[in-house]
Amino acid sequence: MAVLELEGDTAAVSPVRQSGRRLGGLFVAALLWIVLIGLAAILANVLPIVSPTDMDFLGKRAPPSAAHLLGTDQLGRDMLSRLIYGARISLTVGLLSPVIGLVIGGALGMLAGYFGGRFEALTVGGVDVLLAFPPLVFALAVTAYLGQSALNITLVIGVLSIPAFTRVARAVTLSLAQREFVVAAQTLGATHMRILLRELLPNVALPLMAFFLLAVAVTIVVEGALSFLGLGVPPPAPSWGSMIGEGRESLDIAPWLAFLPAGFMFVTVLAFNVIGDTLRALTDPRPGAL
Amino acid sequence: MTRALLSLEDVSVELPTPRGTLRAVDNVDLSLMPGRTLGIVGESGCGKTMLSRAILQLLPKRAKLSGRVRFGGRDLAALPAESLRRLRGPELAVVFQDPMTSLNPVLTIGTQLIETLQAHLGMDGAAAARRSVDLLAAVGIPAPAQRLRQYPHQLSGGMRQRVAIAIALSCEPKLLVADEPTTALDVTVQAQILDLLAREQRRRQMAMILITHDLGVVAGRTDEVAVMYAGRIVERAPTAQLFARMRMPYTEALLAAIPKLDSPPHTALPAIAGRPPDPTRPLPGCSFSPRCRYADDHCRHAKPMLADPERSGGLYACWHPLTLPAAVGP
Amino acid sequence: MPDSTSLPSAPLLTVEQLVVEYPVSGRTLSAVADVSLTVGRGETLGLVGESGCGKSTLGRAVLQLRRPTAGKVVFDGADLTALDGEALRLMRRRLQLIFQDPIASLNPRRCIGDIVAEPLVISGITDRTERERRVRDVLSAVGLDPDVVWRRLPHEFSGGQCQRVCIARALILEPELVICDEPVSALDVSIRAQILNLLEEMKQRYGLTLLFIAHDLAVVKAVSDRIAVMYLGRLCEVGPTEAVFNRPAHPYTALLLEAIPVPDPTVMPATNIATGEPPSPLDPPSGCRFRTRCPRADRLCAEKVPILHATAGGQAVACHHPLTG
Repeated sequence: MAVLELEGDTAAVSPVRQSGRRLGGLFVAALLWIVLIGLAAILANVLPIVSPTDMDFLGKRAPPSAAHLLGTDQLGRDMLSRLIYGARISLTVGLLSPVIGLVIGGALGMLAGYFGGRFEALTVGGVDVLLAFPPLVFALAVTAYLGQSALNITLVIGVLSIPAFTRVARAVTLSLAQREFVVAAQTLGATHMRILLRELLPNVALPLMAFFLLAVAVTIVVEGALSFLGLGVPPPAPSWGSMIGEGRESLDIAPWLAFLPAGFMFVTVLAFNVIGDTLRALTDPRPGAL
Repeated sequence: MTRALLSLEDVSVELPTPRGTLRAVDNVDLSLMPGRTLGIVGESGCGKTMLSRAILQLLPKRAKLSGRVRFGGRDLAALPAESLRRLRGPELAVVFQDPMTSLNPVLTIGTQLIETLQAHLGMDGAAAARRSVDLLAAVGIPAPAQRLRQYPHQLSGGMRQRVAIAIALSCEPKLLVADEPTTALDVTVQAQILDLLAREQRRRQMAMILITHDLGVVAGRTDEVAVMYAGRIVERAPTAQLFARMRMPYTEALLAAIPKLDSPPHTALPAIAGRPPDPTRPLPGCSFSPRCRYADDHCRHAKPMLADPERSGGLYACWHPLTLPAAVGP
Repeated sequence: MPDSTSLPSAPLLTVEQLVVEYPVSGRTLSAVADVSLTVGRGETLGLVGESGCGKSTLGRAVLQLRRPTAGKVVFDGADLTALDGEALRLMRRRLQLIFQDPIASLNPRRCIGDIVAEPLVISGITDRTERERRVRDVLSAVGLDPDVVWRRLPHEFSGGQCQRVCIARALILEPELVICDEPVSALDVSIRAQILNLLEEMKQRYGLTLLFIAHDLAVVKAVSDRIAVMYLGRLCEVGPTEAVFNRPAHPYTALLLEAIPVPDPTVMPATNIATGEPPSPLDPPSGCRFRTRCPRADRLCAEKVPILHATAGGQAVACHHPLTG
């Protein structure tokens, strides 16, 4: 009898991942930026920077100086400080909104993919309706009735992100639900809940997480757009989007007023994309080639 | 003496992997005369697929080929891409295991056949269409004229494989490489396809290489058999001789591990313990030694070379070849 | 091995007139049509047939993984088709299934130890030491070193090793009936022999009854006491292994035997194996479903569906013109 096949056969068991080699310099840079901007946003209150709302009427649209490292905007407010406080809004909305989509959309998608039948048809139909609803109209309606605030923006974008998560979760679940290990669990007498939580969720979680990071990137841009249009966080609270909007008027005399927040947004979104992509590639449990 | 149609001289294929360099094919020598059939037998991971890719010059980009692959006297690796392309079809053809991937799913059967004929034989559309119908009939497809308009997914697995064979044979190649052509098919269809290949081969005086993991498939249908293990050929002999007087313990073990139709039920199968070695960590001695009943220290330290010390026409790579109980010692 | 023509005790599994049909784009696919068979306690029934014959569907229908359209499945006196919900879940522990693709049968994100312990958790065994002991036992029984494999993930193992894990998982609750659905088809020849030996050994050790489904006649012969041959959803022939192989009564069985490649160059492979391919189960031929490929078919075969009846040799055959008897 071939007992203890693995004895001395450890060479034949492949190592899980060669993670070190595949993390590129770009990934590290992206991670560093996110950590940097995240820390700055969290510690904004204790950082030695000026208040973002202090106006200096004498130094409007001033170029970078010792007092104002990145200059001032059209109302004399410190750009660096506004950018850091703006990061707070962007990152908060950017991270919290997709969580709504992830939890609600992810759950709906998994249940739809697993149970199929009428439940799936209803879910897909409902999600399609939400998808077809013009997002701007929705945002306008919410802000008109509930007022403009960071919380409301988070809710609006969060709800609008549900369909995408539902689709991803459903697609992944569908591809897994027919796989033999799920049937095996049914053969063993596992309840539906157990199968969903112990068999399906660990496999669905990673693609969903990778999608989550990409959703964060998109949300930051969407929040920026809404703020740019005046539907987002109301002034004087700084948001990268509203800063771009305000900087629009000064494009010919002080272009950095618009470009600085745009640049920050660009780099942050890029960083989340890179991390999301790299994580998706890394967490594929199948080893390469042999 | 007629020149060998295909000859492999000291061919090796190396692949870079995250775990190290993998030697998929290790110093293989082979030759095939025109009109003869060679069977290459081995389990998964033995390198037979890489060997077939090396012959067809279809290796993945990262693979490194060393040694010479000569077809009709010419070194295939040294040929420019255009000459190689012109070889494929009229001289060299291939049938793969999964016809669904070797046939283009978005083109009709007719288009694929006609295009091949036009590209390689320069036929015009009408002549190519007529010849396509003939080809489909020759491979045993009923209602061939209608099939020209069908798509691969509308046919069964056996039918698709017949179409793949028809495409391979369309330009009257001198050598056909069949890589596990029937592994994915049912046993009755398998028998039909193998019959078809044998028939066409006789008719066209075509050389054929039949790659499989099934010793039963090569037994009745090949002139010579080569057994591969861990990237090397460990035994090679004319078919009848191989089965009657096999020398390599691996070949014997492989044959013994197949359940036989004529043994009674519940006969314990003499299984080969263990698994093939990790190709990224080749052993210093014989690759089969960890699993071989007859292995000793010499086997574990020195690699046996493929040789024919008995001058019987059968080669093997073993320090302790099997001898028949009744045979007189060398 | 017991002489299976006379079953000493009541059969463990009885399938009565099982029908499995399902709609496919507007038409009905008849996967299993009126199949009845019995499996005695402690015996191995081999179920053989080519792709599309319905053998896998039958296996799953027995376990109620796919609910049959009609018919009964009686396991140790209980009608599984009438069970539902909790009762069925509890019954499941006594019948297990081993799949064809060993790697796909294991959750790629769970370690081997967890996978094999899962059945124990599901049946409510909360004592961790007890669970660990039983997992270790069964892993050793199938030839794997628990300390080496416990924390590893399925993709680190070969097909043969994964199949051992699947067998361990199926056996840890000590079921009575194990349905093996092509358990060795995806494995290499040398590994196949290992796994077949392992299954025989486990059968002895745990006192199992096996329903062994495969398309490879030689493999089925090696492990079975009795054989049932299926074609396009219907049974062709059932009988003791030796009898079916040495004196096949049904033309399809004879065809299968002829087509098997024999690893002996002195045996010439049969040429001109029956023409054509199996018809589609969406549109099966009337009467006997094999008649389109049968050299003995006539008008009666097209009109009447043959019923299983006994032959002189001790087999049951469903044919109007059987080869023997």
